[in-house]
Amino acid sequence: MKRLMVLLLPFTFILTTFFLSCQSEAEIEYKRYFIQGRNLYQTNCKNCHAENGEGLGELFPPLKEADYLKKNKNQLACIVQNGLKGTISVNGKTYNAQMPAQTQLAPIEIAEVITYVTNAFGNQQGLYEVEKVNADLKICR
Amino acid sequence: MKKLKLIGPALIALLAFAACQNKVKETKLPIYGERQPITKTVDGKTFTDTVYATIPPFSFVDQNRETISEENLRGKTYVADFFFTSCPSICPTMQRNMLSVAKAYQGKPNFKLVSFTIDPRHDTIPVLKNYAEKLGAKADQWYFLLGKKEDVYQLAEKNYLVSVAEDKRAKGGYVHQGWLVLVDKKGRVRGAYDGTDKKQVDQLIVDVKLLMDEDENQKA
Repeated sequence: MKRLMVLLLPFTFILTTFFLSCQSEAEIEYKRYFIQGRNLYQTNCKNCHAENGEGLGELFPPLKEADYLKKNKNQLACIVQNGLKGTISVNGKTYNAQMPAQTQLAPIEIAEVITYVTNAFGNQQGLYEVEKVNADLKICR
Repeated sequence: MKKLKLIGPALIALLAFAACQNKVKETKLPIYGERQPITKTVDGKTFTDTVYATIPPFSFVDQNRETISEENLRGKTYVADFFFTSCPSICPTMQRNMLSVAKAYQGKPNFKLVSFTIDPRHDTIPVLKNYAEKLGAKADQWYFLLGKKEDVYQLAEKNYLVSVAEDKRAKGGYVHQGWLVLVDKKGRVRGAYDGTDKKQVDQLIVDVKLLMDEDENQKA
């Protein structure tokens, strides 16, 4: 019995390693963005949009299951970098508080925080890479 | 004999239980601010009493253009904070937490919330009204007060013990502390809770009840 165990142990080890490496590079990349994004969210966004993404009353819009994030996919980087003025509609409600520009964030950080926001709070939009941020920042409205 | 053996532990348990009960009953919040002993003579007898600091008279205007003074708050337990509507830093979190305190005591006429703006230049009455409504604050429960800057700042620093200042280098132009200040029916400060810390806000909600239940005429 002991012998069998000794034989099985390295085998299991190899199998596990093999299985773990199956986690694709893209998946690891996504996780890295998401975790960094969560930290950035805590320091830069949480105050107004709340820990759980619910926003604050009708003052600040929710990010939770927000249709706005889907409809304005290509403007998200611009909104983070330049802030937002004027009236917007989120999940059928209007909001018109001014969002301050987050000029302190580098493009990679913008990518990370967008990846977090668009995949937390019931959203599911996948990885938002820094390359896309750089492209999107050229088409700011 | 067996029965006798049980008496010991039972007694201890009873004592422990009684002690616990006492502890709950005796829970009282401290009274902050300066205090002075005064000697009074009533019916020929001399005794010493303590006079506690209270919030001094003030008269400000709320989001509905109603004049609100310390008189309106006498006999009420209330929570006060200092904020400004365009504040990009801690205020949204503070007001989100104030809102949770408001909701916990909705429909209780003897409980109020008071938010003093420290930016009277920008926070005019319509601005405050708009802010209050969008936040979801009930006008008869939560006053957003506009007053002369010097008066508000003095009240903050000297009486509510909250530090506030205009500072052009700060985000939004002002620096201030995020205390939610708990005041009792007699206008005495009984606690200060970090308005950005969920745990402290939960404690505040518990402590509000203690003060609401406190007998006004009872000596502290």
